[in-house]
Amino acid sequence: MSRKKYSVAIRDVIAEEMRSDPSVFVMGEDIGALGGVFGCTRDLQKEFGKNRVRDTPIAEAGYVGTGIGAALTGMRPILDFMYLDFVYVAMDQLLNQAAKLRYMYGGRATLPLVVRGQQGIGRGNAGTHSQSVEAFFTHIPGFKVAMPSTASDAAGLLRTAIRDNNPVMFIEHKALYASSEEVPDDPNFAIPFGKAAVRRQGKDVTIIATSLMVGRALEAAEALSKEGIEAEVIDPRTLLPLDLDTMLKSIEKTGRAVVVHEAHKNNGVGAEIASQIMEAGFKFLDAPVVRLGAKACTLPFSLVLENAVVPGVDDIHEAAKQVCYK
Amino acid sequence: MDKQTILQVYETMLTIRKFEEKALHLFEENKLRGSVHLSIGQEAVAAVVGAYLRDKDYITSTHRGHGHAIAKGARPDKAMAELMGRETGYCGGRGGSMHIADVEKGNLGANAIVGGGIPHANGAALSAQLRGTDQVAVSFFGDGAANEGIFHETLNIASIWKLPVIFICENNQYGMTTAVDSVTSVKDIAVRAAGYDMPGEVVDGNDVFAMEKAVKKAIKRAQDGEGPTLIEAKTYRWKGHWTGDPEVYRTRDEVEEWKTKCPIKRLEKHMQDKKILSLEQIEATHTKIDKLIDEAEEFALSSPDPDPATVLDNVYYEGDK
Repeated sequence: MSRKKYSVAIRDVIAEEMRSDPSVFVMGEDIGALGGVFGCTRDLQKEFGKNRVRDTPIAEAGYVGTGIGAALTGMRPILDFMYLDFVYVAMDQLLNQAAKLRYMYGGRATLPLVVRGQQGIGRGNAGTHSQSVEAFFTHIPGFKVAMPSTASDAAGLLRTAIRDNNPVMFIEHKALYASSEEVPDDPNFAIPFGKAAVRRQGKDVTIIATSLMVGRALEAAEALSKEGIEAEVIDPRTLLPLDLDTMLKSIEKTGRAVVVHEAHKNNGVGAEIASQIMEAGFKFLDAPVVRLGAKACTLPFSLVLENAVVPGVDDIHEAAKQVCYK
Repeated sequence: MDKQTILQVYETMLTIRKFEEKALHLFEENKLRGSVHLSIGQEAVAAVVGAYLRDKDYITSTHRGHGHAIAKGARPDKAMAELMGRETGYCGGRGGSMHIADVEKGNLGANAIVGGGIPHANGAALSAQLRGTDQVAVSFFGDGAANEGIFHETLNIASIWKLPVIFICENNQYGMTTAVDSVTSVKDIAVRAAGYDMPGEVVDGNDVFAMEKAVKKAIKRAQDGEGPTLIEAKTYRWKGHWTGDPEVYRTRDEVEEWKTKCPIKRLEKHMQDKKILSLEQIEATHTKIDKLIDEAEEFALSSPDPDPATVLDNVYYEGDK
């Protein structure tokens, strides 16, 4: 084990996979000399050269489309997005092309493609650099979607993503890059998709949280514990595939669930999770599932306003008490 | 062009023509549904490119892509089955006319989004460059796609990385119903190559020998590591944008005039003049291709529909890499 920052864990896995598989290469904006705005490709160009760590023009659709063609013909590109907000510039290539080609070609095409980058609040980047994009990629069939909340998960899930033969949307969080923990040194350390992590055991309420919200949910759980409510905190880790079983097992015990994400609450992934819980586990529920997510407005610049839009520890705390009727 | 290649190009053009005439006929008889975009009149472009590419080279194609697929080696029977949405079609009935692909044969697929496939050719060329092979990639697209942002992004990337890719714009004069000159800043799309520091050439797309010259030069340039080329093949689609197009945007005289430039008739005349094929041999070739297409129709009509129980297959690749 080595203690690593989330951003370094990502960098190291990319390097290890590039060493072991010559078909893996990286393309994106400002990833070479700079090593990415957040350091996730730092020094990779020094080791692997400009062919395999390829600075692109600011042409997101162009390099995503180029990555698709490379993936169709035997390569395993990792497409680096400085801000995942920029996926909208490349949406045709991502959702009409990458997501659909295998299906439309009757399974006779394979697209081992990773699209990775960061999203979310934390740097005062305002509405087009602070949002959460996962719902677009869970809605259109074809992508797998991973959202690591810790350094070790980032490493294990990214290795699975790079070795997967499907397009994977790998969603990091800018506010987690500096977080660190022990990460296994095994160059084959991988976390399978579709396996949720139970971050905290509890018997009274289940809190399902993604990405940055996992930490906030754990904080809320500590406060709840002082009030005699023991919350179980579950991090799905991948949204597609989604580990419903682990959530249902928890809810069978607690009878109550809160789903919290940073993305907009309206039509968000939380709605899907809540619905799946109700479809499969209504008999376990003692209270309606509560969803928390960003308010239905563009992410504002002001820190005060940003905090007012995205669920905080207190919001999660309140919601958990609500479903416990306390 | 040697005699063998001339005969190959000729048979490919005839196969495309007769395949599409059959598809139109079947559509009119309600045996075929969805969108069917015909390239009748444009066959020379696909046929010549197909003749000079090897199996291992790549193409990307468009919604008007039957010709490209056939020229890259697609079997008319499996292609016709796909047009009918049958299990035996190239995509098992999941893609239809606008998505025929045969990745193992280097056809990375037709694409129903205008311009959508252009960067995929770039990627195939990048893949070849990274793997150190001599493969080339060709992207077919129309005049309409040359006004999409993705065209410009792709050409820029191809140029800076000197990718072994050839961009072939089939300028058939109309983006759906809109005349190309009314929506395009330049008279010749080929001049846009200058903006990306690559050669751009206007070619008579109905002349197989003019196409031959341009395509060979572009392939050599790609294989020599000098980078991409943009070829604008001026041509014309005789049929509407889609089956049922009222064609209010052009005159009958214009269509008739272009029919006098039929690439197949031109090659037939050349072959007779040069004594490559006699009239009898030309007629025999027609009969041979007619039979091939009739068999394709029969294969498609007698093929089963896909099983609805398999509708969720292939959303994802299952298993390890």
